[in-house]
Amino acid sequence: MSIWIAIIITGLINYLTRLGSVLLIKPQKLNNTLKTVLNYVPSAVFPAIIFPAVFLNDSGLLVEFNDPKVIATIIAFFTGILSKNLTLTIFTGLISYWIILFF
Amino acid sequence: MRTKKQNFVRGFIDVLPLLIPVVPFGIIFGAIGIELGFGPYVTYATSIIIFSGASQIVFFQLLSAGATSLVAITSSSVISTRHLLYGAVVNQYLSNLSLYWKIGLSYILTDQAFAVSNEYFKKNNNEKFKHYYLLGSGITLWIVWQLTTIIGILLGSIVPEELGLTFTIPLTFLALLINYFRKVDHLIIIVISGMLSIILYDAPFKSYIIFSSLVSLLIAYLIVNMRKKQK
Repeated sequence: MSIWIAIIITGLINYLTRLGSVLLIKPQKLNNTLKTVLNYVPSAVFPAIIFPAVFLNDSGLLVEFNDPKVIATIIAFFTGILSKNLTLTIFTGLISYWIILFF
Repeated sequence: MRTKKQNFVRGFIDVLPLLIPVVPFGIIFGAIGIELGFGPYVTYATSIIIFSGASQIVFFQLLSAGATSLVAITSSSVISTRHLLYGAVVNQYLSNLSLYWKIGLSYILTDQAFAVSNEYFKKNNNEKFKHYYLLGSGITLWIVWQLTTIIGILLGSIVPEELGLTFTIPLTFLALLINYFRKVDHLIIIVISGMLSIILYDAPFKSYIIFSSLVSLLIAYLIVNMRKKQK
């Protein structure tokens, strides 16, 4: 298969995953329980992006508890809880990661 | 009532902090495409046609490691299935829009645009032009992704790998979840989804994201039902 065809198929499927539920689901037909469950989508999806990126190394093995990424994530977490500031949380995490890595 | 422009500008402003990982990631992606030998046109085309960082990287990595096209297509598509959940959420607020709007907005419904729009829609559901918020945040992200891909293609890895900037990806999603950690029910879902993603990490076709998400949503469903019965 030519790489161009592969890219176009991937792009189409990708696009359909974004459009699919917009076209197929009629919000009026969702019952209240399901609507409430949709409030949990960020809490259900984002951790699956966060956890492997923090707790697994490049080979997919668990890192030590004192890994720079783990410590920086904990610092960022408490910064976020206390400050409720998105940008500050990201920067505190990154800067503490750098401090642990380079000093 | 905010005007179209005001909604658009708010979307633009709110998505800015979420671009912190997108800039280095786009540059790294462009550079990786060239390094793996895909050439500038193919590398850039994925940013327009696939337009999903994680899917694009997996697509290239698998092909260059000798996987068949079918495996590459399946894996990057499975990674994208999380968008089905995003679509289901924003659709509650945008169901009155015309088909053209839905077709257009779906293309720019990324993790970041979804994250800010979901919060905005919850608080501003009666804004008539709230879809311009998604348009503003989505287009901003699209433009930055296109530009940074091109920078990576042209200039190579100008972002030193030692800086570990890919770490800003989990940091951004952590920051986005921060307010949910305060609620016990959400905290349970977050921990379950996170643990599952670690346990299922080696599942075929990178399906750990959608599996962890769906199982956690099922548990959310049980929690919601349980609470209803208590009332």
